Amino acid sequence: MAYPADRKYTKQHEWIQANGTSASVGITDHAQEELGDIVFVELPKVGAEITAGKTFGSVESVKAVSDLYSPASGTVTETNGDLATSPENVNKDPHGSWMMKIALKNPSELDALLSSVDYEKFVAEEAGH
Amino acid sequence: MSSVEVTPVVRKTALNAVHRQMGAKMVDFNGWDMPVEYPASIGCGIINEHMAVRTGVGIFDVSHMGDIRLAGPQALAAVQHISMNDASRLAVGQAQYSALLYPQGTFVDDVIVHRLGEDEYLLVINAGTREKDFNWVRDNTSQFNCVVENLSDDFTQIAIQGPKAVDVLQKITTADLSAVKFYWVTRGTIFLHHKSMRRYLGDTLIARTGYTAEDGFEIYVPSDEPTSAWVWNRLLEVGKEFGLLPCGLGARNTLRLEGKLPLYGHEISDTINVWEAGLDRFCKMEKPEFIGRAALEKAKAAGVKQTLVDLEMTGRGIARDGYKVQDGDGREIGYVTSGSPAPFLKKNIAIAYVPPDFAAIGTAVKVEIRGQGVEAVVVPSPFYKRPKAK
Repeated sequence: MAYPADRKYTKQHEWIQANGTSASVGITDHAQEELGDIVFVELPKVGAEITAGKTFGSVESVKAVSDLYSPASGTVTETNGDLATSPENVNKDPHGSWMMKIALKNPSELDALLSSVDYEKFVAEEAGH
Repeated sequence: MSSVEVTPVVRKTALNAVHRQMGAKMVDFNGWDMPVEYPASIGCGIINEHMAVRTGVGIFDVSHMGDIRLAGPQALAAVQHISMNDASRLAVGQAQYSALLYPQGTFVDDVIVHRLGEDEYLLVINAGTREKDFNWVRDNTSQFNCVVENLSDDFTQIAIQGPKAVDVLQKITTADLSAVKFYWVTRGTIFLHHKSMRRYLGDTLIARTGYTAEDGFEIYVPSDEPTSAWVWNRLLEVGKEFGLLPCGLGARNTLRLEGKLPLYGHEISDTINVWEAGLDRFCKMEKPEFIGRAALEKAKAAGVKQTLVDLEMTGRGIARDGYKVQDGDGREIGYVTSGSPAPFLKKNIAIAYVPPDFAAIGTAVKVEIRGQGVEAVVVPSPFYKRPKAK
């Protein structure tokens, strides 16, 4: 699967798509594939302050729980309520299933993240190990 | 602190290459490189695999399970001495769930004992305890006139499970499967015809057993790679019309959990005794003697301090292995041995050890999930029971 070039990626397999000072955050196709059937997504409350590199929630597959790490710092403005009833959407459309929207504290934080090309390379290297 | 570095040897079943070729996600299970699930691109994934077994049929490579054969004039006496169920009740061709116990009445392992002949028994044991079990069986049966053989590497064991398992397997064997009752075994020829190639395996052991709380069979075929792959692929082929899916250890775990079937290292272990695990009906105290019996007699009189219960999460959250169980006020009272979403029941369920005071159906408890007490309730056991055959 191609990783959309309109966003940035983390080595923890999250994506972030910025639009001015607001951004959507989700997990990558590689992440959903590794996790398997997703049955539960736990997200922060609207208004919560989150920090780049720190956990903002968790995603559970049948097998295991995994923490979600925020690609950037900011304030949560919206969470994707559909995922409470249809967590499998993350499997079906990982790059379309945003988990939360945040008001970015410092949009320049995104400069340090991976481009789609670099992320794809990173995933390929990880798989090779 | 210094330690000796030991490079773990990863063990592989004869079907390893086949699983990898199919794109299965592989995991280390007790030192074995095993498929946890097959890819979504062929309709698999834990949930689909689980549902296939509940409503249709699925196949599992369970060759990592071990096999110990006891044969000779005193084979029955040996089996009686080392296992808690009463093997003298087995007719030739019959099998029973049982366990090997330490003198303290705790578990070496749980096993299925098959009586294959007049003086011949086959114990099917867990992967993680293969060597331990074999040594233990050999050491504790030396006084009996019987041979003890480790046949673990001789068989590729494939489980065909689900209400349509009988239809799939019947397509490739002349054995009359309708005549084989649950927990009985037969021998039959397996036909592996494919296009112009004609092959067959004579005298193959076919047991109507499994670990999915569903009807099904386990077949024991020679463990060379070509034969193993041939049987696996033939099952996939003839199973197509029944919606058969290959299934990994992920679905195997959720299926056994819905049926509340114990897993060594979780519900049973070398520190848990038979009464705590609630396996009373498989432990025949009226049998003259077996290892662990004396300790179990005392333990019975003393009463249990913890007992296994089935929990259903009523609050939002998934209980996982090792999570703490609390009473309504948040005091720690026990722990989860196995917990997961239940794909068929569509609930979050768990098995847990709690004091007997908390074991009554309907008792409200909490499971600590990432620092939060999430509500759960004790429900009737097992969570899932397969519908009675018509």
